[in-house]
Amino acid sequence: MGEFLAVRGLRTWFHTRGGVARAVDDVSLDVRAGGTLALVGESGSGKSVTACSILRLINEPGRIEAGEIRFKGVDLLKLDDRGIRHIRGNRVAMIFQEPLSAFNPVQTVGAQIVEAIRLHRCVSRREAYARVVDLLEQVGIPSPAERAREFPHRLSGGMRQRAMIALALACEPELLIADEPTTALDVTTQAQILRLLKTLQTAKGMGLLLITHDLGVVAEIADRAAVMYAGRIVEEGPVSDLFTRPSHPYTEGLLASVAIDDLPPGARLPEIPGMVPSLLAMPKGCAFADRCPRASRDAGCFADSPAFAPVAKEHRVACFQARLAPVYPLRVEKNDAASDAAPALLPPADENVMAVA
Amino acid sequence: MSAAATGSTALLRLDKVVKRFKTGAGTVHALDGVSFFIRRGETLGLVGESGCGKSTAARLVMDLYQPTSGTVYFDGEDIAQADKAAKKARRARLQMVFQDPYSSLNPRNRVGRTLEEPLIIHARGARKERHERVAWLLERVGLKADAAERYPHEFSGGQRQRIGIARALALRPDLIVCDEAVSALDVSIRAQILNLLLDLRQDYQVAYLFISHDLAIVRHMSDRVAVMYLGKIVELASRDDLWRQPRHPYTRALMAAIPCVHPGRKRKEPLPLQGDPPSPLNPPPGCRFQSRCPFTEARCREEEPPLQARADEHWVACHRAE
Repeated sequence: MGEFLAVRGLRTWFHTRGGVARAVDDVSLDVRAGGTLALVGESGSGKSVTACSILRLINEPGRIEAGEIRFKGVDLLKLDDRGIRHIRGNRVAMIFQEPLSAFNPVQTVGAQIVEAIRLHRCVSRREAYARVVDLLEQVGIPSPAERAREFPHRLSGGMRQRAMIALALACEPELLIADEPTTALDVTTQAQILRLLKTLQTAKGMGLLLITHDLGVVAEIADRAAVMYAGRIVEEGPVSDLFTRPSHPYTEGLLASVAIDDLPPGARLPEIPGMVPSLLAMPKGCAFADRCPRASRDAGCFADSPAFAPVAKEHRVACFQARLAPVYPLRVEKNDAASDAAPALLPPADENVMAVA
Repeated sequence: MSAAATGSTALLRLDKVVKRFKTGAGTVHALDGVSFFIRRGETLGLVGESGCGKSTAARLVMDLYQPTSGTVYFDGEDIAQADKAAKKARRARLQMVFQDPYSSLNPRNRVGRTLEEPLIIHARGARKERHERVAWLLERVGLKADAAERYPHEFSGGQRQRIGIARALALRPDLIVCDEAVSALDVSIRAQILNLLLDLRQDYQVAYLFISHDLAIVRHMSDRVAVMYLGKIVELASRDDLWRQPRHPYTRALMAAIPCVHPGRKRKEPLPLQGDPPSPLNPPPGCRFQSRCPFTEARCREEEPPLQARADEHWVACHRAE
């Protein structure tokens, strides 16, 4: 299978008055044809900037300093304005977190989708409109012909996000970038939208780059995940492997702090002490070292930035102290551990890996 | 027997509280006959989606809104009837932690001043004692003593939420209303704040009204849980009962909708809801949930199900519930 989307050594820096914020610093990732990569991280980790960099939607004072973004062999960073406009919304589309601010409030939903279609396809207004109704129906909007004539504020949050997805799908993109597509939605609506994305992706064979902070969402729809911390990817691998055998202490800590269901109610939660360093004052060495229970001077955690190294098949990690020994005891099924069936595992409730003393 | 009746000795009790807002577009039925109680030292979780009325309930409890009808009792007294002195005394016992740690602290006051203010208003201690109290509070919530000299903008979201909690704690309240207190925080910080709230409950027997849209967090924090939908409580039970046997279809749908962090482990039940919650401007007749419920019958469209006890301290508002 040929390369689909390959980001290599991407650096997007923001030149602010307070100094240079390295929002994205040497990020490499791959989205495979028809595959779903989730880019996970907390606020400020650089995941949205990475997504916007792919479509070159970075404004001053931000600048893409280095790297390659190869989409089916073409480096998007080398295209001229015309070239990138041909990609945007056409072959690579993006959906945003807050559909109300992503839509133009004074144009009907239908008109905006018509515009997107006619920008990239030679079709009449009438043909485009028929396509809009069809798209709105595909994303599960009831009475699509009437909804197409509504203004964005007249739709509910869930409906708006569906309309946003219809807009993104208008030109049948090969790659869809979804930046926190369900964060602004209620859980029941979120479940509907995730299901919709997954169905559409399978039906159309799109690649999906999903940006999220919600590990539950990742487990739900992604097949691969990359975890970002302070502008860098710290771990990447298949979701089944990453979630059951996290290797980077940050991934471990994140997973432990959301696995609330596995703890007896009212028990203290495993927590990651401290907080994310400021992008303007990054420590020397590993950015996570300050909060890391495994950091050691001997391993060089406070002196150098760890490079990526494989720990298992297709599973890479940037940590001097990486280990793949199952952190959580795996309940191994009768056949050997090699089986593909995700082992049902539970982190022991009393062993708070990341707990502060 | 109504849900409120058994709570006559409760710390907080809402009795058939209705709150409507008149807007240009019509009347918003924010709360429609909500009754619940919280015992001393107990945590009641209030869970529901946006627009279900959870925050309105919080504001009514805090006396920031007056109910359209119905009564809010704090420690047995109708809060609407209280005179000025009684109101002031109650405010010391009833505190709130807000969702947004950025807008809930005065940006022009140093943190020390923010924390000292409640002590000044309620005349707790002389200057020196107040300052000691502020230092103690900061330490208690995990901040350094020099934080008192700094301004809110110098702190991260998680640290600001700690300051908000310290402020709520300053007067040693009996009840703290936490309205989405961790929703704005990143997961690694969220665990820190939840742990802090758990510690405070253990150390000071403070009761919480813990409001959140996140069912997993509500489960972790609460002794009892009320599930709200469109201005009504649809189910109210002890945490363990609710998870062992959720009886309202909406509760089951909420539980099934939470994405599970274990890849491969299946959702509890494929019961995804169709559509969106109806507008509180125009709630449907009969059961509020009928437009999205997979089990709607003719009766549900006509007759509103009352909140009834189906088991010991397990109240459900559904015609079909046993």
